[in-house]
Amino acid sequence: MKIDQKTAYWRANTALIRNLLIIWVIVSIGLSILFVEPLNAVKLPGGNVPLGFWIAQQGSIYVFVALIFIYAYRMDKLDRKYLEKESDRIESKSKT
Amino acid sequence: MSVEAWTTVVVIISFIVYIYIGWQSRVRDTEGFFVADRGVPSLANGAATAADWMSAASFISMAGLISFLGYDGSIYLIGWTGGYVLLALLLAPYLRKFGKYTVPDFVGDRYYSNVARTVAVIAAIFVSLTYVAGQMRGVGLVFSRFLQVTIDQGVIIGMVIVAFFAILGGMKGITWTQVAQYGVLIVAYLIPAIAISTILTGNPIPQLSFSFSNIVERLNGIHQDLGFVPYTQPFANKSMLDVLFFTIALMVGTAGLPHIIVRFYTVPDVKAARWSAGWALLFIAILYTTAPALATFARYNLITNLNNQTVEQVQQLDWTKKWQETKLLAVEDKNNNRTLELTAKSFQLNPKKTPEQVAKNEITIDPDIVVLATPEVAKLPAWLIALVAAGGLAAALSTASGLLLVISSSIAHDVYYRMIDPHASEAKRLFVGRIMVGIAIAIAGYFGINPPGFVAEVVALAFGLAASSFFPVIILGIFDKRANREGAIAGMIVGLLITSAYIIAVKFAGMTPWFGISAEGFGTVGMIFNFIVTLVVSRLTPPPPAEIQMLVDDLRNPEHAPLALADIGEEQLD
Repeated sequence: MKIDQKTAYWRANTALIRNLLIIWVIVSIGLSILFVEPLNAVKLPGGNVPLGFWIAQQGSIYVFVALIFIYAYRMDKLDRKYLEKESDRIESKSKT
Repeated sequence: MSVEAWTTVVVIISFIVYIYIGWQSRVRDTEGFFVADRGVPSLANGAATAADWMSAASFISMAGLISFLGYDGSIYLIGWTGGYVLLALLLAPYLRKFGKYTVPDFVGDRYYSNVARTVAVIAAIFVSLTYVAGQMRGVGLVFSRFLQVTIDQGVIIGMVIVAFFAILGGMKGITWTQVAQYGVLIVAYLIPAIAISTILTGNPIPQLSFSFSNIVERLNGIHQDLGFVPYTQPFANKSMLDVLFFTIALMVGTAGLPHIIVRFYTVPDVKAARWSAGWALLFIAILYTTAPALATFARYNLITNLNNQTVEQVQQLDWTKKWQETKLLAVEDKNNNRTLELTAKSFQLNPKKTPEQVAKNEITIDPDIVVLATPEVAKLPAWLIALVAAGGLAAALSTASGLLLVISSSIAHDVYYRMIDPHASEAKRLFVGRIMVGIAIAIAGYFGINPPGFVAEVVALAFGLAASSFFPVIILGIFDKRANREGAIAGMIVGLLITSAYIIAVKFAGMTPWFGISAEGFGTVGMIFNFIVTLVVSRLTPPPPAEIQMLVDDLRNPEHAPLALADIGEEQLD
């Protein structure tokens, strides 16, 4: 794999990590701790639980699970994209 | 059959299963002994990680802590699950790609230094040893509470079981027993929770009834009637700043715990490492989303069953009688008005009571009762109650075995093989590994039987040290190519010293916490210092050698599927 391709792969990876971690910070620190009091004035839609409390004790955990699976899924796609390019390159090389 | 007889039967059956699995997975080489031949499928590794992670504390104590702390108990829920996101995105795939045996392996190789390796070994052993002492104690406690054996005998039985599959099968034996132990512990946790959820709300799924029934509202209503702070009120016990630091320290500490990190060395490839982190957190989340529901149900039940009841009414309940015998619950009508009155103090952890309050306090509750008494409160049959004992043992044994392997591999691999005798034969290394597991079990057992009076305090130290030592240097080792030997050593030492000094000062020397940050939360500060020191010192000293920079580049590249590589090789041969 060429250097610029490796760089592009790494950039795509770190951008994905950055985006997912922004969501992670918003949910774990923002909604569950810093803004829990204003959120508690609202009820969980469909339930009777204060929303901030619910996010801290249920919602955040569901989001964490989802974030990890999204990362695994997106990285599989990214891997395939770059490794296909790689094997195309090797094939075209071996034909010439 | 009585509950005790059923418990004996269920516990013995579960032990036979663990021993059988241990025998089936016995190993002959170090690859099997330290990293389970790197052949654990991602789903199985997820279950093993979940069992490895969820200790006696998660199983027995966490729901009780949340029940007592209300919203503030969320620190454990967010802290102990949020860390997996960091682990999955920032650590696990790269450590698997690196592909050695231990965490000090990575630190020592990436920072091309045996000093860095030694600091990492010391931190890994200290973190794991403090943690494992508590697990052995947990095994003894479960035995003594459910069966007619003393705590010491219980610890010894636990040691023998762990020794059998850990010495014989190493990481491979531990992994497959942990998969079975996850099954036992999650079933044991869910069944009572489902039963109590159905009784209180008519909805069998605890998560759904917590979210969509009116149980939380009812509980807040009772609190209002009693003049308590509402259950869902944030920052009733801890300040916002303390909650913040505590949560971050637990998250980062979780991601830095060596016995969790090494689990990701056991999967076949990077892809499997990424997926198995997801499975691990999913399996953990099943328990961690049930716990807050159970906490709410239990608090509701305790208040409605105990408050303003006559002593006779309370004594008529089967479970109150039994749990009074084990001292988890004490009721006494001190003002002789024939009814028991609950006070806010009844739900405080280690309440500091004035003599006047002691004289008035009529109900004393130990938080562990929340999980341990739920099956009886829900009037489950004896054989199901027995399952809870097996679940608690599974949680404690699985965590203990994972920790023991880290201690063994730190000494047998990092110290003996990498630093003392790099030419040691395969057979000799395996032998040293087995001996070290045996010694580690003996030490852990010793601390289980003679617990230092400060087990609870040192667990804070374990998380704080993991957060302030490993996490920053591993992250920077991957994401900052410029991070070098000098930076990492300085960073780890500064992080470790700051954190342990603060924890020791607060816990043992009685220092008033700064800005109300509890000792458990100070790992966050230590971690920040480690990051800053490593970044700055690295930039003031020579960059790492070219081959180390190539190693980092290699960690960042996509991984070739081994099969595809073989294909290309053949084509090129043609």
